[in-house]
Amino acid sequence: MTPFEYERASDASDAVARVASHPNAAFLGGGTNLVDHMRLGVARPDLLVDVSRLPFADITSLPGGGFRIGAAVRNSDLAAHRGLRERYPMLSQALLAGASGQLRNLATTGGNLLQRTRCAYFQDVTTPCNKRNPGAGCAALEGHNRDHAILGASEHCVAVHPSDMAVALAALGAEVIVLGARGERRIAVTDFHRLPGSAPERDTVLERGDLITAVELPQLPMAANSAYYKVRDRASYAFALVSVAAALDVRNGRVADVRIALGGVAHKPWRALRAEAALRGAAATDECYSKAVDVELAEARPLRHNAFKVALARNLMRMMLRRLTSGVAS
Amino acid sequence: MEASITLRVDGEKRSLRVDTRTTLLDALRERLGVTSVKKGCDHGQCGACTVLVDGRRVTTCLSLAVALDGARVTTSRGLAQGGRLHPVQQAFLDHDALQCGYCTPGQVCSAVGMLEEARAGHPSFVTEGVTPPAQLSDEEIRERMSGNLCRCGAYVNIVAAVRAAMRQESAP
Repeated sequence: MTPFEYERASDASDAVARVASHPNAAFLGGGTNLVDHMRLGVARPDLLVDVSRLPFADITSLPGGGFRIGAAVRNSDLAAHRGLRERYPMLSQALLAGASGQLRNLATTGGNLLQRTRCAYFQDVTTPCNKRNPGAGCAALEGHNRDHAILGASEHCVAVHPSDMAVALAALGAEVIVLGARGERRIAVTDFHRLPGSAPERDTVLERGDLITAVELPQLPMAANSAYYKVRDRASYAFALVSVAAALDVRNGRVADVRIALGGVAHKPWRALRAEAALRGAAATDECYSKAVDVELAEARPLRHNAFKVALARNLMRMMLRRLTSGVAS
Repeated sequence: MEASITLRVDGEKRSLRVDTRTTLLDALRERLGVTSVKKGCDHGQCGACTVLVDGRRVTTCLSLAVALDGARVTTSRGLAQGGRLHPVQQAFLDHDALQCGYCTPGQVCSAVGMLEEARAGHPSFVTEGVTPPAQLSDEEIRERMSGNLCRCGAYVNIVAAVRAAMRQESAP
């Protein structure tokens, strides 16, 4: 690990100013991903600005019926919030599907959104990686790419975003509240993470010094009938091969509204907007579900070792829609 | 680059200067001589370094000591009170829940923290409904302990030990 200065921010503006004015600084939240990257040599900040003690650890109700989740709320506390677990079960399930009890006690809401890909080549500094070292090439393209993207990838990067929580937030239409050098702004979770294109070194649309202060969940009654399902190589404590977050509102045998997002398939949480559009107003039947899901996956471009993900995503979305049609998926 | 910090480790106040790069794990073992916390993978993947920080179970290999100034740290050693083992420690012995024993301090701290989480109503991925039942099923125990690996494969007896400790603690 390279040496670094450590400072504790006195408030959010102070934190933003400290990082914005320094060419190689990073915010420190729970540290579960950043400290590991510093040890691996993937990240080499020379200043850490600790934001973990800033007063952003509360979950509050919004006047319109939604919730505001402070950026420093720990993953375990967010998952255990009773009101959220009743009204947005997919969010709690997604959080509990990620990492372990120990890590969820450390990891923060803001940090979860900003965690970086677990692509083995990204984390191994002896291999070429355009995300870690722009222009170096991509070892995963012709390498072991079983865990990699099937949607929205580029010739420069085929990494996937690792978060479970962000998949649920994308499906729910949540917004990220960001404080930057020029004030506060709101970014939809679906616009927050980027596709790799020719700049895979940029995971998100954030600029240097931008600090996540909260995430807001909109009022969404249909989310009471939602669930998160994750397929992984072992029963617990593993990243997703493919995951799906979905909410469904069926009335009189037709799909009144639907939300679907996929994890483990792209450089960002993949909101299945094409499938959703095909489903709205359609008959709530397996035949219609299959057609809609196929519309979404028509753009899939599997790599040498991950064609199974296309079939897995297809089956998972259909299964989830069937389960939600007959009530809460549990 | 160094900083002065104070930790309360197993009930004892300890002040020290640390390089900012020092993890809580290395501060405990290398600087304070607290070897009841074990270094396994050093990447947050095995759980051997689990302790309780301010009452919550965490891995210590991914926590920077400098960021934890003022924290209350309880290792497996500190769970024993007045020469008596903690009920979870005793249950691990009674159920032969170890072979080599290297992961055991982390397993014990994790189980203590996990049972407290369950008492506080925290759900797990396998919990149906909003809160867990008062008595965790074996499936619940396995899921909640999945952050602690045991390369000897003593899992069957670890589940038995945690189940026994849970029942003992909830007995009237």
